[in-house]
Amino acid sequence: MSVAASPPPRSSVRDAVNDLRYRFSIKLFLSELLSKNWMEPIVPFLLMVALIGYFSATVPNYTSLDNTQQLLRLFAEIGLVSVAMGFVLISGGIDLSVGAIFAVTNLAALILFKSWEWPVWAVALGTLAVGAFIGLINGVLVGYLKARPFLTTLVTLIILRAGFDMVSEKYAPRFAVSDIESDVWDFLGGGTILGIPTNALALLVVLIIGHVYLSRSRYGWHIMAVGSSRKAARHAGIRVERVLLGTYVLSGLLCALAGLFYAARQNSAGSDTGQGWEMQALTAVVLGGISLAGGRGTVWRAAMGAVIVFLLINGFVRLGLEGYLTMAALGAILLVAVGFDVKWAKNRGKAIQKIYVNPTRLELKQAPSIARGSASPYAENDRLSQAEVIGLGQVEGPEDVILDRQDRLYTGTREGWILRFSGPNFEHREVFARMGGRPLGLAFDKDENLVCCNGGMGVYGVTPQGEIFKITDETNRTWGKLNDDSRLRLADDLDIAPDGKIYFSEATIRYEMHSWDMDGIEGRGNGRMICYDPATRTTRTIIKNQRFPNGVCVAHDGQSVLYVSTWLCRILRYWIAGPKKGQLETVVEQLPGYPDNLNRASDGGYWLALAGIRSPAYDLAMRKPDFRLRMVKEIPRDEWLYPGLNNGCVVKLDADCQPVETYWDPTGKLHPTITSMREHKGYLYIGGLENNRIGRIKLPGADPDWTGWESYWGNKQNSRVRPTSGSGISAVS
Amino acid sequence: MVGSTVSVGQHRPARFPRLLVSQEAVILIVAIVLALVFALTLPGFATVGNLLTLARSVSVLGILGLAMALVVIGRGLDLSLIAAMAAGSAAVIQALNAGLPVPVALLIGLAVVLAIGFVNGWVIAFVEVPALFTTLATAFLIFGLTRFVLKTVIVYPPPTATAFLYLGQGRPLGIPMPIIMFAAVAVLVHLFLSRTRAGRFIYARGDNTEAARLTGVDVRRDIIVSYMLAAAIGFLAGIVSSASTASMNMQIINSTLIFDVVLVVVLGGVSLVGGRGSVLSVLVGTLLIGVLLNGLTIMNVNGQVQDIIRGLVLLGAIILDNRLHPRDEETARQGD
Repeated sequence: MSVAASPPPRSSVRDAVNDLRYRFSIKLFLSELLSKNWMEPIVPFLLMVALIGYFSATVPNYTSLDNTQQLLRLFAEIGLVSVAMGFVLISGGIDLSVGAIFAVTNLAALILFKSWEWPVWAVALGTLAVGAFIGLINGVLVGYLKARPFLTTLVTLIILRAGFDMVSEKYAPRFAVSDIESDVWDFLGGGTILGIPTNALALLVVLIIGHVYLSRSRYGWHIMAVGSSRKAARHAGIRVERVLLGTYVLSGLLCALAGLFYAARQNSAGSDTGQGWEMQALTAVVLGGISLAGGRGTVWRAAMGAVIVFLLINGFVRLGLEGYLTMAALGAILLVAVGFDVKWAKNRGKAIQKIYVNPTRLELKQAPSIARGSASPYAENDRLSQAEVIGLGQVEGPEDVILDRQDRLYTGTREGWILRFSGPNFEHREVFARMGGRPLGLAFDKDENLVCCNGGMGVYGVTPQGEIFKITDETNRTWGKLNDDSRLRLADDLDIAPDGKIYFSEATIRYEMHSWDMDGIEGRGNGRMICYDPATRTTRTIIKNQRFPNGVCVAHDGQSVLYVSTWLCRILRYWIAGPKKGQLETVVEQLPGYPDNLNRASDGGYWLALAGIRSPAYDLAMRKPDFRLRMVKEIPRDEWLYPGLNNGCVVKLDADCQPVETYWDPTGKLHPTITSMREHKGYLYIGGLENNRIGRIKLPGADPDWTGWESYWGNKQNSRVRPTSGSGISAVS
Repeated sequence: MVGSTVSVGQHRPARFPRLLVSQEAVILIVAIVLALVFALTLPGFATVGNLLTLARSVSVLGILGLAMALVVIGRGLDLSLIAAMAAGSAAVIQALNAGLPVPVALLIGLAVVLAIGFVNGWVIAFVEVPALFTTLATAFLIFGLTRFVLKTVIVYPPPTATAFLYLGQGRPLGIPMPIIMFAAVAVLVHLFLSRTRAGRFIYARGDNTEAARLTGVDVRRDIIVSYMLAAAIGFLAGIVSSASTASMNMQIINSTLIFDVVLVVVLGGVSLVGGRGSVLSVLVGTLLIGVLLNGLTIMNVNGQVQDIIRGLVLLGAIILDNRLHPRDEETARQGD
C-alpha cells in the first residue's frame, strides 16, 4: 500500500505543466536503461536479427529445415571455438591459439580413430586430453610464468601450426584409404537429435552449462573477478594463477570438442583446417559484447557474435568474395568493434553520469523570518554558543546521538563505528561496535538493542553486549521500474512504534552516501518511507516518491509517524493507527531551513534539527531545473550553488509541531550542520554530520528524570500528552 | 641492473664493466659461441661467401628490427610492419611497371606506407585501441586490400629499372647494398634515439606514458609519428628485399617473418614494457637470429622444424623479458 504525497502548491497552470514536464523525464528513463547490463549486447543482438532477416528475405529456402540444419552443422564448431575465446577474454586474457588447438585436436582425433583404431569413446577422451594439455601449457605460461597472453598464445599458435603441418603431411594420405567404420563416429559427424545436428546440440549444451558455470558457480565468479580486477581478486583470496590456468584448460577443452566433431564430420584434415579461426573467434566475441578489458560478458554474447561473423562470412562466400577479402573485412570489423568496446568501456560511466542528474522543479514558499530580535519563533540567537563540549576531536561526524538508560552517550561516525561515551562527564570513549557503512539514525528498542540506520548497508541492530545483527537491507521492489530499487541505499533515520514496527526513511534511491548532495541538486522525489514489521519479518515501502525524507519520530501517542522532507522544508505526518490510519498530511508547510532529525521532547513536544538555512537565491534555483542542470554540467563542483548547510539551529516544537523557540549557533564554528539532538534528563545533546564534537546544553525547566527510553518503553510513556488530534492547549515547559 | 644501457637522463656510452652484464652482452656472447660451434661443426659455415650471405640475409631482418624497436621502445608493437612493407614495395613495383621514374615510384610507395603508419598511429593514439589489436587487424586489412588491387600474389619489377634493382643488388666498393643500407639505417636510428629530443621522448613515453604526457610531451602526436617512422623504415627493408630478389611475394605477410622481427627486438633487450634497449640491442639480436637461421639452413632443417625452434626461442625470450623487466601484471591492460 502506498500513498502519494500531496503535491507542492501550484500557483498557475504553467507551473503545473512545468511540474509534469520535469517529473517524467525521458532522460531519467534513458539513464536507467543505460545502466542495465543487458543493454550492452543490444546492438549485436539487433545486428544478428537483421542479418538473419536479410538472408531469409533474399536467399530462397534460407529458413528451410534442410538449410537451417546445414547452417547449424557448419556453425557449431566455430561457435564452440568462440565460446572458448569468450571464456579466456572474460578472465582478462586472450587465447590466439584456439584455431591451432582446433586443428591439432582435429588431427589427433583422426589419427586416434583412423590410424590407431581406438574405440570412439577412447578417441573422444584422448582428443579432449590433447586439447586440455595444450591449454595447460598456455595456462602455465600465462598464469604462472606471467607471460603476456597475446604474444604467448600467438607463438604457441605458430608452434602448433608447424607441428600440425608436419604431422598431417605424414598421416593425411592414410585417412583417405582408411576403412575404419563406426556408427557412433558417423552419428557424431552427421547425426541429428530431434532434428538438431549433434554438434549443434553439443554447442547448446555447452552454452547452457557454460552460462550456469559462469554466472551461478563459484568458479565462474572467480573468472569474472580475476577478469575485472586481478589485484582485487588476489586480495579477496582468489588464487589468480589457478583461475587463469583453469580458463586456458577450459579453452583447450572446448576447442578439442570442436575438433572432435569436425573430425567426425569431415574425416580428413586439410592444411587450412582452423586457419584464421582465432581471428574469426576474436572478432565474434568482441562483436558480441565481451569486453577486452575482461570481467564482463556472457557465453550468449560469444555465441551471438559467432552467429554474426558466421553469417557474414557465409554471405561473403555466397557473393563469391575471395578468402583474403573476407579476412580483410574481418580485420575491419574487428578494428571497429574493438574501437567501440574501448570507447564504451572508457566512457560508459561518463555517459551515464552526464545524463544521470535530472533536476526537477521544486517550488518553495517564502521562508519564515529568522531575523534576530524579531517576533518570529525562529529568530536567531546565540544560545548554542555556551554549549558544553563532549569528545572534542575524538569523534568524526556524529550524525545522530542517543543515550541509554545508564546515561551513556552513543553516536555513529564516519569510520562506520558506533562510539560510546560514558563517565560523569562523558570523558571515557570506547568503540561500541564496528559496523561499517555510515551509521546514521539511532533508536533503542524495547530490549535496549540499539537500532541503527546505516547509509549503504540498511537497518542493523546492536545488542547491549555490542553484537551486531542485521534487521533488514531490502524492501519490496517497485514493479514497472527499470532499476531494481529493492536494496536499501541510504537508510537515514528511524523510529520504533509501540507495536515494535520500525519506521525508517530512505533519503534517496538514486545516490549513494558519498553523493547525497547530488540529490539536493536534483530535488526529485527519490526517497521513501519504509516499515519493517518484526512480527512477520517483512519490509514494505509505505510512502514512495518523497523528496529526501530524513528525520523520523513516532508521535508521543503512538498513533502517527512524523517525518521531515529536507528539500521540501516540510514536516509530514503519516497515521499508523486511529481513524485516520493510512493517511498522510502536511503538518508544517514552510520551515526556514532544511530539516534533519526529529525527536521527542520531555514536554510532549518535539525537537527538530535544521541542518541548514534556506536562501532566496537557492530557493529560486530550485524553481529552475535547467539552470541547475547547466550548473552541474558546465562548472566545477566547488563553484556550484549549494543549499546553505553551514549553520543551523535546533527548533523546539510543541505537540502540534508548531515552533516555540530556537537554539542557534549563527557563527557555525561550534555546531555547523546540526543534524541531530536528543533530550536526556534535562539536557539537550547535539550532533552534526560534519562536526568533531558533541554539544550539550542544560534545558531549564525540563523534566530532569525524562529519558527517551522511558518515553518510548518505560514509565514516561504518553506522559503529559493530550491526544494530538485536538488543538489549542500546548504543553508548557 | 641488467638491461638498458641507454636510459633517459643519462645519455652516455655504456661503459665496459656495465656492458659485460647487460642483456646485449649476453646475447652477443651466445651469438659468438653459436657461430664458433657452427664454424667447427658445419662445413661451409665459416666461409667468406656464407658470411656475406648471412649478412645480406639478416640485413632485411635487421632493418625491420630497427623499425620495430622504434615503436617497442615507445611501449607499442607493430604487427602490420610486414604488411606495410609488402604493400609499399608492391606499390613501387607497380608504379615502375606503369613506366614511372624510380624516384616517383619510391615516393608513391613511401606515401602508401606513411598512410598505413598514420592509420595505425591514429587508431592507437586517439581511439586508444591497444597496439596489438590495431596492428593485427590492419595487417589483415592491408593484405586483403593489396591482394584485391594486385590480383596476383607475386609482383616483379621491370628489368629495365636498374636504379631500383641497384638498391638491392648493387655492390659499391664490393659491399652488398643491403649491408650498407642496414648500417646506414642503424647509424641514423641510433643518432635519432640518442641525440635528438624526439628520440628521447620515445624513451620517456615508453618508460611512463602518463608522466610523459603530464610533462608536456604531445604523446598522441608522437605515437602517430613513431608508427609512420616505423612504417617508413620498414619500407626501406621492403625496397632492399624486393630489389635484391627482383620480386615481392604478398604471402610474406602471412609468413612468420613478423615473429622473427619481434624475436630480434626482444632478444636483444628492447623490452616489451617499453623505455629499454637501443640500436645495439637490435644489432646483437639480429646477429644471433641470423647465425641461428643460417646454421639451421645449412643443416637442412625443414621449415616447420625451424618454425618450432624459432617459436620456442621467442617464447623463452618473452618469458625472460618478463622476468627481467616485469610489467605491472595486475593492472596491465588487455593487449599489452
